[in-house]
Amino acid sequence: MELHDVWFVLIAVLWIGYFFLEGFDFGIGVLTKLLARDRTEKRVLINTIGPVWDGNEVWLLTAGGATFAAFPEWYATLFSGFYLPLLIILLCLIVRGVAFEYRAKRPEENWQRNWEQAIFWTSLIPAFLWGVAFGNIVRGVKIDREMEYVGTFWDLLNPYALLGGLVTLTLFTFHGAVFAALKTLGDIRTRARSLALKLGLVTAVLALAFLVWTQVDKGDGWSLLAMVIAVVCLVGAIGAIQLGREGWSFALSGITIAAAVAMLFLTLFPNVMPSSLDPAWSLTVTNASSSPYTLKIMTWCAAIATPLVLLYQGWTYWVFRKRIGTQNIAQAH
Amino acid sequence: MDLALAPETLARWQFGITTVYHFLFVPLTISLAALTAGLQTAWVRTEKEKYLKATKFWGKLFLINIAMGVVTGIVQEFQFGMNWSDYSRFVGDIFGAPLAFEALIAFFFESTFIGLWIFGWDKLPKKIHLACIWMVSIGTILSAYFILAANSWMQHPVGYRINAERGRAELTDFWLVLTQNTALTQFFHTITAAFLVGGAFMVGISAFHLARKRHITVMRTSLRVGLITLIIAGLGTAISGDLLGKVMFKQQPMKMAAAEALWDGQAPAPFSVFAYGDVEKGHNTVAIEIPGLLSFLANDDFSSYVPGINDVNKAEQEKFGPGDYRPNIPVAYWGFRWMIGFGMASLTIGLVGLWLTRKKFMLAPGLRTGEDEVPNLVLFKRKALSPRLGKWYWIIALWTMAFPLIANSWGWIFTEMGRQPWVVYGVLRTRDAVSPGVSTAEVLTSMIAFTLLYAVLAVIEVKLLVKYVKAGPPELTEDDLNPPTKIGGDRDPDRPMAFSY
Repeated sequence: MELHDVWFVLIAVLWIGYFFLEGFDFGIGVLTKLLARDRTEKRVLINTIGPVWDGNEVWLLTAGGATFAAFPEWYATLFSGFYLPLLIILLCLIVRGVAFEYRAKRPEENWQRNWEQAIFWTSLIPAFLWGVAFGNIVRGVKIDREMEYVGTFWDLLNPYALLGGLVTLTLFTFHGAVFAALKTLGDIRTRARSLALKLGLVTAVLALAFLVWTQVDKGDGWSLLAMVIAVVCLVGAIGAIQLGREGWSFALSGITIAAAVAMLFLTLFPNVMPSSLDPAWSLTVTNASSSPYTLKIMTWCAAIATPLVLLYQGWTYWVFRKRIGTQNIAQAH
Repeated sequence: MDLALAPETLARWQFGITTVYHFLFVPLTISLAALTAGLQTAWVRTEKEKYLKATKFWGKLFLINIAMGVVTGIVQEFQFGMNWSDYSRFVGDIFGAPLAFEALIAFFFESTFIGLWIFGWDKLPKKIHLACIWMVSIGTILSAYFILAANSWMQHPVGYRINAERGRAELTDFWLVLTQNTALTQFFHTITAAFLVGGAFMVGISAFHLARKRHITVMRTSLRVGLITLIIAGLGTAISGDLLGKVMFKQQPMKMAAAEALWDGQAPAPFSVFAYGDVEKGHNTVAIEIPGLLSFLANDDFSSYVPGINDVNKAEQEKFGPGDYRPNIPVAYWGFRWMIGFGMASLTIGLVGLWLTRKKFMLAPGLRTGEDEVPNLVLFKRKALSPRLGKWYWIIALWTMAFPLIANSWGWIFTEMGRQPWVVYGVLRTRDAVSPGVSTAEVLTSMIAFTLLYAVLAVIEVKLLVKYVKAGPPELTEDDLNPPTKIGGDRDPDRPMAFSY
């Protein structure tokens, strides 16, 4: 296994980390409309992710930075090619970050309601668009001899990618509902469970369609294995939430995300961005990667930093392990 | 195509707008994190309530500010790939590594521990909670270091070779990229300049309250902390600026010649105080100069030779082929002056302020009524004059807040525009760095979207800052004074969250 293969795996791991973690906080954002009955409940939901969402988002920045460093051509083609969707995602992430931080900084109800609206939309839209983006990467887009994306914005809105978007949206929302059930107390917890069950069933149908489509189109033995794991864990997560085993359900919905993302990366390899115009023009782990020297330095950095990151991020979740409920929300604001 | 709407022009405007905007928040974030951490350390060590109040007050302003710094930072990372894809392809092997290091080492640190700090007031024992804000502070400084190492490589590329087959630059010595003198001096200069912003911020806001005789204990302490920060940072900025200048004279003679509007090489070379020139003809029509000073700034020698714009342009034409290698000279010239002028003004105000608020005036018997006395600023024997002049000092102190920000912004505009037409000095031209596949309409759309959003957010942020500045330090509660002794909190689990959203 050469270093560029290692980095292909590491970038897959970073995306898995990102979708696992920000997946549930996107989900919580969407659930502020679907699950919360009143504003106090909205605040409970937002507070479940309050201490951690910022750290979750860094997984995206690290995935982006690592792609830049390890596969500059991939980074360049992807970011310039998917210009408008990425612009929308960026605008959402800007507003979303500010919304979390500023919502409670003024007592006026109008102010807070506006930011709550913002949290809903800016969680929903990226949750959908990431699926669209990955759908397109796997499916292959119009990349020319110069490694430039020559398609249009509308080319990105094909049925396969749109289905991918629906899968990430529903899967993250399901994952968020399970997280909500795990982290809250009282009435909201009960409703989170029953909503998770319904969301889980919708997710299962969409995810199965998307994963089977992927497998039929691009799959091999390994991707089939990942697909089976994803589907079994999703069913397990739905079962566990019905049995009231919230911790198990959350772990399983997380593994579902991990396995589904792993499946996409497995179908890609050794490409990183296949060309739909001519397979010879595809970006691969070899023609898109950095020099062995750069990869070696990066590998050292990752080998030392990643365990530390996991350690202190894990510690954060442990510090804030207690469930919260409406009684934890101060009535003043 | 109309040049004004060329993708390169638009992409440069977008980079300029998003970077300068981002950098309004960065220096304040870096310095306020450390200053808040310092105040919290004082609270943990002395248990004086004024320090806890100060920590909560400045911490809140820090949080309002860092939120904007973080979200506008994401744009910076994405922008290289979106607008500058040929740049990314050409230098990703080198430039990407410090960016990835920043994310893995610094940014994870910062954002994880900030969550712990915000929500940890009633979950963590006092010392562990204090450690969290220090972690945030270390994260912000590390982050700055990696970014500046990357930027320094663009100013002065080292530790690489050109791979002709792949058509790109490849890293050969990462250690050199991280430790070259450009990176170290630029880091020194940027960090000290950041503390200049934080110091002035503290001085201005403390002065605002003291002038109104409110929150005196907390604000008097903050004022002194701010003034001392302002002075140390001011001296540091001047020293590091001089060092950086000398490095730049060697590495980017064109930038420094443009900063001085020095058209033709001279020995000794004068420092320009004011100049108005004709860029096309390549000379100044008006020039007020201090003889020999530029030679000294460049080479530590009052009579040494300093090459001019026309000389460097000619040398670069011989080296890189025909073309115009001059940056926008008025921008470089005035940018350099605004940077130094506003930076030095901040330092001066700090020195005067520290003098005026020294113990003699703050606590001189007969001038004070008690512990909560406002500094009187009495400098004059005629007592009638003192209050009137004192008022003016408070107003100047308030205005000081803006000075280092202006200096910082112009410093970056000068640094980045002074390097043009190169994006990587001597290696890659800016026009060869843009994304070839991205249309004018796309860049225009994103530029308008970012600019509008940033404008709206600026208004919101400033209004919030003003609100919390006016509100002053919070009253302390039982919970504040009795932090938990166990990790995870050891009191009533049903109490409202202290610092929640």
